[in-house]
Amino acid sequence: MTRYLLRRLFLMAFVFLALSLLAFSLSYLFPGDIVQNLSGLRQIDDSQRQQLISYYQLDHNILQQYLAFLTRIAHGDWGQSFASQQPLLQEIQLLLPATLELASYALLLSFVIGIPLGIVAAFKPDSFVGKSISAIAMVGYSLPIFWWGLLLIMFFSLALGLLPSAGRIGVLYEIPHSSGFMLYDILLADIDYRSEALYNALQHLLLPTIVLATFPTTVMISFVRDAMLNVWEQNYIKTARAKGLNRGQVLYRHGLRNALLPVIRQIGLQFSTLITLAMLTEVIFSWPGIGRWLIDSIYQRNYPAIQAGLLVISTMVITINMLTEILHAFFNPLARRG
Amino acid sequence: MNLTINNFHYPMSRGAVLAALLLIAGCQPQLPETARSGLVYCSEGSPESFNPQLVTSGTTIDIISQQLYDRLVDINPDNGDIIAGLATDWQVSTDGTSYQFTLRDDVSFHTTRYFSPGRNFNADDVVFTFNRITDPLHPFHLQGGGVYPYFQSVDWAGLVKQVEAIDSSTVVFELQRPDSSFLSNLTTDFAAILSAEYGQQLLADKQPGQIDRLPIGTGPFRFREYQKDILVRLYRNNDYWRGDTQPEQLVFDIVPNNARRMAKLFTHECDIVSYPRVAELELIAARPDVTVQESTSMNVGFWAFNTQKPPFDQLAVRQALAMAINRAAILQAVYYGQATPAYGILPPTSWAYNDGLPAPVYSPAKARTLLAEAGYPNGFTMDIWAMPVQRLYNPNALKMAELMQADLAQIGVKANIVSYEWNSFRQKLGNFEHDSVLIGWAADNPDPDNFFRPLLSCAARDSGSNRANWCDPLFDEIISKALLTANQQQRRALYLTAQQYLHQQQPLVAIAHSQRFQAISSSVSGVTINPYGGISLQHAARVEP
Repeated sequence: MTRYLLRRLFLMAFVFLALSLLAFSLSYLFPGDIVQNLSGLRQIDDSQRQQLISYYQLDHNILQQYLAFLTRIAHGDWGQSFASQQPLLQEIQLLLPATLELASYALLLSFVIGIPLGIVAAFKPDSFVGKSISAIAMVGYSLPIFWWGLLLIMFFSLALGLLPSAGRIGVLYEIPHSSGFMLYDILLADIDYRSEALYNALQHLLLPTIVLATFPTTVMISFVRDAMLNVWEQNYIKTARAKGLNRGQVLYRHGLRNALLPVIRQIGLQFSTLITLAMLTEVIFSWPGIGRWLIDSIYQRNYPAIQAGLLVISTMVITINMLTEILHAFFNPLARRG
Repeated sequence: MNLTINNFHYPMSRGAVLAALLLIAGCQPQLPETARSGLVYCSEGSPESFNPQLVTSGTTIDIISQQLYDRLVDINPDNGDIIAGLATDWQVSTDGTSYQFTLRDDVSFHTTRYFSPGRNFNADDVVFTFNRITDPLHPFHLQGGGVYPYFQSVDWAGLVKQVEAIDSSTVVFELQRPDSSFLSNLTTDFAAILSAEYGQQLLADKQPGQIDRLPIGTGPFRFREYQKDILVRLYRNNDYWRGDTQPEQLVFDIVPNNARRMAKLFTHECDIVSYPRVAELELIAARPDVTVQESTSMNVGFWAFNTQKPPFDQLAVRQALAMAINRAAILQAVYYGQATPAYGILPPTSWAYNDGLPAPVYSPAKARTLLAEAGYPNGFTMDIWAMPVQRLYNPNALKMAELMQADLAQIGVKANIVSYEWNSFRQKLGNFEHDSVLIGWAADNPDPDNFFRPLLSCAARDSGSNRANWCDPLFDEIISKALLTANQQQRRALYLTAQQYLHQQQPLVAIAHSQRFQAISSSVSGVTINPYGGISLQHAARVEP
């Protein structure tokens, strides 16, 4: 296991090196003035420019500039946003929890719904229920998410007036900011309208979570179903059945454990898709997360923000990927080889 | 619809869906007090600053001016008269160069998390406020860049010699010359009164930049929080001197997308929506839960030529282009008929309106002849800059530009449409990088001068707000003369001449004066449109069903 971990860490170091090189080179590749791209300052006078040039070591060779870049990133100096002229790291810290909150609920929902449905579909693959689940999974898989989101808004918000169409919570509820995770902040807040606020926040969460969960749920259903069907064909299952265990026992003791193992890995693989879809969901539901911010930044040609967003999101995706790989290897000795 | 239902059942099971629906519909909780008497105004953009002195955008003014601040004098929105504000009374010297104001002594500034006033509003605050604009040595003059666009456009620094506190409740403005628009300028949303005591505190804390970020005023609401691009939250100022402020909480929800603002109005997430799209008015009016308000507004949408750039420096070319444009089509397609065609830059509701101006002619044939005479028988290529944002005076500049493109092609002029993101757009306009631009102006006060000087004077050219890059000594002389006299007859005569002169010179082509609309949830009362500036939400109240 130690050897495996070392090998993984080594690989990860390379990925991060490549990522940092890409992020670093963006400042040079983006159009416009390099000093502006690095600092995020809109207006720079001559004396300030000289200071910045020596600060960013632009008068030194490219290797030193790269090292200076790494030092700055490590020290939390990520430059400023063109649009707001605020430090980027601070902006991201405010936005990231909103995205993580939405994404984690969606992921959770996709497990809670996807895994049982996948098992049911595999249990009787040729029955009406099994076929319907597969069919629905197919439809869900091919739904364009922005269309699906707008449809839900039209139906539940505009036509029925049951659910809000945008945001994380009704704007009249003032929730003191502590962690940035809305539900947690509400529970923590010293306010006399806590339960109403919680209810309101859940209402706001419902549609975006469903929309964002749709794709990973369908993937999960098909994945669990295929894995189960595959395991079902294995000899040890036949042996167990031959020994006289009933279907349920075999399913639970031998089938599920082996079939769900790859699911852990699936989390890591799903995560990058999830973040991409979260960006769309955030735009549709005006969810104030990092995805919407990044898309706005692209529209505004806010280069420092694009660079910082890329760095944060890629780091997150890579880290989660690695963690699930390692977790998978921890549960499955076979994976440690090779 | 069938498809919707089918899809909806997935991924939840039927039972879970039913349960969720029951939960949502069944136990709607009672709203807490702060939410119940609170109001949500859906704004089309974020405020640029919280100090009205520094901004010109109507979006920002709507959010900050009337809610957070007061002015020395105000305008009666019904008849345009000047009425008392923080000043109870004012006297003008006989030569018109000295204005003495008597101030209220019972007005307190806001108490917030970051400031508690130690004294009431007095003359020092007035001196502090106006010296910030003119005095380069004022500790806050250079905060926020030292640019005061509105005051620069009316040459405030050149007009006001000094502002002096005689005693705590008397303040005197000494002017360099008589200026009949002086009081009107004090009524604008930009002339908000700041707190000198708060300024001192910020200086002592070495945080001078906060003055424009964490505002302290005397208005009906006090600042609570601002989440960038998300919302602005204000609380009621319970000590407001005019009293009678209705909403306990006022939230400006920032929703730049038009369709989304409409959706939020329909789902009751917004109580008031500014600038609904004219194309959607019928749809909105058909709903029982929403009311549409309408008011004529002092504004003009126009097409300005960069008159320093050839070929636009030739009068004949400008006249030809003006004749080539089919306004009737533009009014129909861009304003959906909800606007009055403009003969000049001054709207017909102004007392100085020249109704003798000839109606604009649409004649491509004549335009072609004029172009040929000017030396362009085969036309030329030009840029039309279309502003990227929706404004009352021009709800869709891009569409307008496309219509004009087709019209201009008729006379052999090839037009390219250019647009940038709004901030860079204005910056590039200020540098006069354009050939021509579709933009406009909304008045801040009822004085006709507010249309001429900020738009077409030489001073406005230097401050960058003269989109036509036009500086004509004769025109400047006429509009300056009109300011030297307080006699309305004489002023009117001069403004009529100015309009006639503009019609001859054609530095810009006025297109339309549009109406202002706003959509309000039927459960809200007490909101009216102010024709001269930002919206005031002091009296907005939720009617209990």
